[in-house]
Amino acid sequence: MDLCDQCEEMMQPYVDGVLSDVQVQRAKEHLDRCTWCAKRYRFEVELRHFVRVAAAEPMSPELKAKLAALRTPLH
Amino acid sequence: MLGWPPMSESTPTTAETRRLAAESRDRVRFEEEALELSDQVYRVARRLVGSREEAEDLMQDAYARAFRSWRQYQPGTNLRAWLLRILTNLNIDNGRRRQRTPETQPLEEGDYFLYNKLEAAAPEENPAEERVIERLSQGSVVDALAEVPHDFRDVVVLVDIGDFSYADAAQILDIPVGTVMSRLHRGRRILKRNLAESAVPT
Repeated sequence: MDLCDQCEEMMQPYVDGVLSDVQVQRAKEHLDRCTWCAKRYRFEVELRHFVRVAAAEPMSPELKAKLAALRTPLH
Repeated sequence: MLGWPPMSESTPTTAETRRLAAESRDRVRFEEEALELSDQVYRVARRLVGSREEAEDLMQDAYARAFRSWRQYQPGTNLRAWLLRILTNLNIDNGRRRQRTPETQPLEEGDYFLYNKLEAAAPEENPAEERVIERLSQGSVVDALAEVPHDFRDVVVLVDIGDFSYADAAQILDIPVGTVMSRLHRGRRILKRNLAESAVPT
């Protein structure tokens, strides 16, 4: 497995911030040297943000009122 | 002679009244905190199901149940996760069965697949000016996410949209952390494959 394949395998945990310090260091060193992987890394980060923004749909005021009406009435 | 009874002689009725008042205060606080989180809970609920109507029904069922069983919530723990645990359980009970055997065949498409596809489909004229991400539309992302199989989508939605940790997602869905990680990994790849299919006509 070459370094770019390894980098592809590590990409998700790297972006999630769950790799060990040693693994992070190795990934960073590779991304500094390899523009091919660096482009794909930037895209991964942008895609996460894009998905989050695209998925956002505000709750309707009607639903908010219905939820508030479910509260236990005060005596 | 009239006088206040000493504290130690407070009647059971008084103690009971105090207890009820304290409980009522705790309940009101719980309800307020749960309602303050409703926007964030809805953001996740909306993408766990296919339509806005379903999401709204699910929210009402979940909040009704949460308000009924508020005593089971342990103050100081993650209330948003507690609410979403109720909500995802209801969603699964609502006839949406857990998939018996989530697809386990290896996916050919790796993590770079979508980028590679989008870049290969680049128009020749000044490709440096355009960011590859701009070839995706928001609508296509929503559709592609909706087509990810449930078991994988639940995890992707909780982590990538709800911003939950692997451990929180594991608790909410009552599955091991390792399962969260493998479903997340696979779910994101399926999402990218779906996006590549819609963004780059073959």
